[in-house]
Amino acid sequence: MEAKVVLSLENITKRYPGVLALNNVSISFQEGEVHALLGENGAGKSTLIKAVAGAIDIDSGIININGHEYSKMTPALSRSLGVEVIYQEFNLVPTLSVAENIYLCEKNENSAFFSAKTIEKKAVKVLDQFGVKIDPRILVQDLSIAEQQIIEIAKAVSKNVKILIMDEPSAPLSVSEVELMFKIIDQLKQKGVTIIYISHRLEEVFRISDRVSVMRDGAYVTTKNTKETNRQELITLMVGRELRESYPQRKKSPGDIALEAKNLTGNGDRNISFSVRKGEILGISGLVGAGRTELAQLLFGAAPMESGEILINGKPVKIHSPLDAIQHKIGLLTEDRKGQGLFLEMAVKWNISFPIIRRISKYGVVNTKKEDEIAQKYKERINIKTPSLLQQVINLSGGNQQKVVLAKSLAAESDILIFDEPTRGIDVGAKQEIYYLMTELAESGIAILMISSDMEELLGMSDRIIVLCEGQLAGEVQKENFNQHYILDLASGIH
Amino acid sequence: MSNQTMANNQFGARLISTLQKNVPFLVLIFLVILFTFIAPNFMTFGNLRTLIRQISFAGISAVGLMFVMIGGGIDLSIGSQIVFGNVLLAIMMVDWKLPPAVAIPLILLVGTGLGAINGFLCIKLKIHPLIITLGTAAIFKGMGYIINQSRNIMGFPDSFRWFGQGYVWEIPVPVIVMILVALLGAFILTKTYFGRQVFALGGNEEAARLAGVNIDRTKVILFMISGFITSITTVLLLSRVFAGQTITGQGLEFDCLTAALLGGVSFKGGEGNVFGLMVGMLIIGVLNNAMQLATFPDFSQQVVKGSVLLIAVAFDVYQKNRKAKETVARVAA
Repeated sequence: MEAKVVLSLENITKRYPGVLALNNVSISFQEGEVHALLGENGAGKSTLIKAVAGAIDIDSGIININGHEYSKMTPALSRSLGVEVIYQEFNLVPTLSVAENIYLCEKNENSAFFSAKTIEKKAVKVLDQFGVKIDPRILVQDLSIAEQQIIEIAKAVSKNVKILIMDEPSAPLSVSEVELMFKIIDQLKQKGVTIIYISHRLEEVFRISDRVSVMRDGAYVTTKNTKETNRQELITLMVGRELRESYPQRKKSPGDIALEAKNLTGNGDRNISFSVRKGEILGISGLVGAGRTELAQLLFGAAPMESGEILINGKPVKIHSPLDAIQHKIGLLTEDRKGQGLFLEMAVKWNISFPIIRRISKYGVVNTKKEDEIAQKYKERINIKTPSLLQQVINLSGGNQQKVVLAKSLAAESDILIFDEPTRGIDVGAKQEIYYLMTELAESGIAILMISSDMEELLGMSDRIIVLCEGQLAGEVQKENFNQHYILDLASGIH
Repeated sequence: MSNQTMANNQFGARLISTLQKNVPFLVLIFLVILFTFIAPNFMTFGNLRTLIRQISFAGISAVGLMFVMIGGGIDLSIGSQIVFGNVLLAIMMVDWKLPPAVAIPLILLVGTGLGAINGFLCIKLKIHPLIITLGTAAIFKGMGYIINQSRNIMGFPDSFRWFGQGYVWEIPVPVIVMILVALLGAFILTKTYFGRQVFALGGNEEAARLAGVNIDRTKVILFMISGFITSITTVLLLSRVFAGQTITGQGLEFDCLTAALLGGVSFKGGEGNVFGLMVGMLIIGVLNNAMQLATFPDFSQQVVKGSVLLIAVAFDVYQKNRKAKETVARVAA
């Protein structure tokens, strides 16, 4: 029996500055199926669901919902067709009650007035379907994350949802809460609702999905029946290449210990100890929320340390602020380049010289000649492609923006570099370049810590990997023992 | 296409982009030409001198406001700082009999202190400066009224007259002070590392913090600069009016803010230059002056001023959106 297709995407293309977010993507979704959407960060999953929800305009392609073709989608139109999206950040009003949130935009047909009683009764009915008891009068801000998510689902269901899109719904939930969510998804499926389920967690995909589509670098790869595929195949599809060779080999072996952390506690992390040697790349693995970025902030003085000790070249140092860290020759390349790393409206040269601007000033006045020299030097050394050093950074591609961030840290003559998701959101070619640069830097004796969610990258680049789980050190893996499953298990807290 | 036409096209494109960047300047020139023709007494040395002296007071404070705004903040308490400082300075010289050489440095110190209060409240309470300075504006003004005790304080030494009423080679002293403050401000903002930090703070606070800028200290210093510069205005205004009254300086921040926005100082921070600011100030001066020459009623002037402020903000937003679109188009290409 051929199932009915409720949503089909045909040749969707969406371009962002410097990135082809969706490249001619075509996928179709059937009535009453749970369809998982898989892909690495930056594969285009989020962009795709935004296109369906009308949150962004697509450049070309057709969205076909229930046989009607649309080349332009708006949030209102998408809603009216029965599409609901539950984003990672909930769209709830924390200061309103459960019932008010569920029926937020609903008009009462019989009366011009709003009746709290009526919607509370209706809310109880919707929640009863899921077998959960939540007082509809309670304020959303007083609910747990899992309960809030149920309210999001209830909101969708109350609007007669046909297609429910869930973006990483399990990320904030505990194991038992995930079970409850799966039960609800099952019920919706029985009613013929199509569920598009986006997740990184493969075990969940196998657990609840009927079919699974894989995306990579903005393009559609394939769709499989979940029963007919396996973990290894999906990972290979997601990552794409039959890999390894693309990572540069290093000749030198690591030297003395450059940085040692002893029982670091603070910023959500507890008791983390590790060390990194000169010329070594230490990978830091873990799931979203495991405390990796938080660890980087601790080391960089960007968040207060409660206890623990940091030693640089064997000597204990106090790092209370980013300025302290910079003075101890630590450089941080943040995950969120645009939000935390760059001054987008400013010139390339301005960005590169900023962390050392004080050092190249005399009596407070900037020595612009020196500034030009330094900017020019690092532009050439790491090959930043820009027509001029006066170009605003906002006009550069993602990969070149990342290089400007790197140039900043290099100009500060950092001996220890922390890369937080160094290749997120940049295209394949630029990724290669970043890998070669990192390798070259390690060869020159710089100690590198690399936080990454890209398993292939971690395994390919690191000499050693430490794994974090829920703010604690879950394990350390030597290069000869590198094994994707083992690391993922550590990250999930299984070992 | 021949080289000649290509060069012409390029020249045309560059001309258009230059003009777009200098819209406020063109508006100023247009207004000046317009009023020269319709108001016969506009383009005279005496009138122009009056015009520039009129704007010099707000023009000085506007430089301070610009520092705060480029750093991502705002100071709505400028007028009220003048109210308080003005009365206090009058009291110092008349009631306490302090000579100007002592009273003026003291009031500069007090003004800087008022700025420091604004700054500390902003960083300690972690509330947007808009609200903080709205609150301190009411407080400073109220304190001015309290110490003034409804008097019209008079009887300053004659030596104090020069600052607001004197001339150096036919140029009013306040105008010279404005030019000096503007030049010094431009130097600090564009040539020193502190200036860089101010732009960084307003452009991307988190990135500035991670680049080692002491965010809180910089914010306080910016408000202190605004307070210091405004206390210069206080001295000049008291010398000009030559009577300590609570009315002096009230609402001055309105002209400063309008000039800043007209001149391309971004409301969101990270952008602005002294040249634009001065052009904005001159536009306000020309409009004010022309309305006075045309004997517009006071209330109609208010309507015009309010409209100019909103147009300035709208223009700021429009420029931003246009730039953002161009960027997307360019990077995609």
